[in-house]
Amino acid sequence: MAWEEKPYHKIPGTYVFDGKRSANAYHLNKMLYSFNREENRKAYAADPAAYADKYGLPADQKEALLKGDFLELLRQGGNIYYMAKLAIPAGFSVQDVGAAFHQIPTDAFKQHLLDQSEGFQQKLKDREGYWHG
Amino acid sequence: MAKLIGGITTSHIPAIGNAMANKLEQDPYWKRFFDGYEPVKAWLAEKQPDIAIVVYNDHGLNFFLDKVPTFALGCAKTYENADEGWGLPSATNFEGDEEFSWHLANSLVEQEFDMTTCQEMLVDHGLVVPMGLMWRHLGHWPVKVIPLAVNTVIQPLPSAKRCLDLGKALGKAIASYGEDKKVVIIGTGGLSHQLQGERAGIIDVDYDLECMEHIISDPDWLARQSHSEIIEKAGTEGIEVIMWLVMRGALPKHVNALHKHYHAPISNTGAGVLLLENPDAA
Repeated sequence: MAWEEKPYHKIPGTYVFDGKRSANAYHLNKMLYSFNREENRKAYAADPAAYADKYGLPADQKEALLKGDFLELLRQGGNIYYMAKLAIPAGFSVQDVGAAFHQIPTDAFKQHLLDQSEGFQQKLKDREGYWHG
Repeated sequence: MAKLIGGITTSHIPAIGNAMANKLEQDPYWKRFFDGYEPVKAWLAEKQPDIAIVVYNDHGLNFFLDKVPTFALGCAKTYENADEGWGLPSATNFEGDEEFSWHLANSLVEQEFDMTTCQEMLVDHGLVVPMGLMWRHLGHWPVKVIPLAVNTVIQPLPSAKRCLDLGKALGKAIASYGEDKKVVIIGTGGLSHQLQGERAGIIDVDYDLECMEHIISDPDWLARQSHSEIIEKAGTEGIEVIMWLVMRGALPKHVNALHKHYHAPISNTGAGVLLLENPDAA
């Protein structure tokens, strides 16, 4: 097998979801997709390992899942939108998940968001025609 | 004849849906973001469009990875929202317009855009959140809805240029419909955000504002960019901005930019709102 190298593979800290990732984690993502239904979320919560086995997860993906290791799941091919179907019902916000990827506290991650946005209202004023409230 | 009266851009992130469900519009965190939609709502109330084409991506509600259409067009009589595991309350059903949808499908395929047609289609937050932003205050949906789902989830995605070209074909398709209808098109998603990886949390205000300006006056600027270039600046989920190009392509070269609103951050995202009027239909 030869997977084609793409320019987006070179972006650091970034796991663009593509055929290669999806092929590696199809069963994982299929399991995560099942969490659209509440009864499946409950069945998973009652016995995560058994639920993962039902979907035939490979051992390394199952291990990352049971450890709650979001970064490893992502690296293995978990799709972020599907992973959210696991994380959000479990009580995580998207900021908690972002913080987990950075391995920093959620407050620090929120500050990171604010820092990058700082001064945006001045930037709007420096351009023409933006709404200012 | 149907007339495209204007185009709108908006973010569609679930956090906005949660904020609307919990009536947080006056909350200090949200107020400026929501207030910036009032001019758009007023314009819609004045113009009274009959149909809204909503360009969005499905995040794993209607389409799983077993079947991923690049461009999918709703051709149903009604569209339901459903539980997508994100804790959002399900929206009431949306009424479609089958004749208009099939006209679009026929015209687009004739123009060599080979759409996937969907006569059953669950619509997720990508469509529901924008609809709420425009019309939740009415308590009902005053327009018929045409969902147009673009694959922004799994590479290969359509190129930015392809999205702009789809919009151009869509503009022709709308204009050739034989019944008097006022149509608006809503390009959803974006702007900069990345939910995943060690680079999660990207917000690039400068790039977002460049996108907004160029969408108005020079969409080819964005259409020339590769996915990698866009993702590098706007993040993995910021790639959704290619859907703004579908909206923009449907409108003529020159548009009246009636409203420009930007706020950051909302949740993990830079949020841009444009209201672009079609001068030919004003």
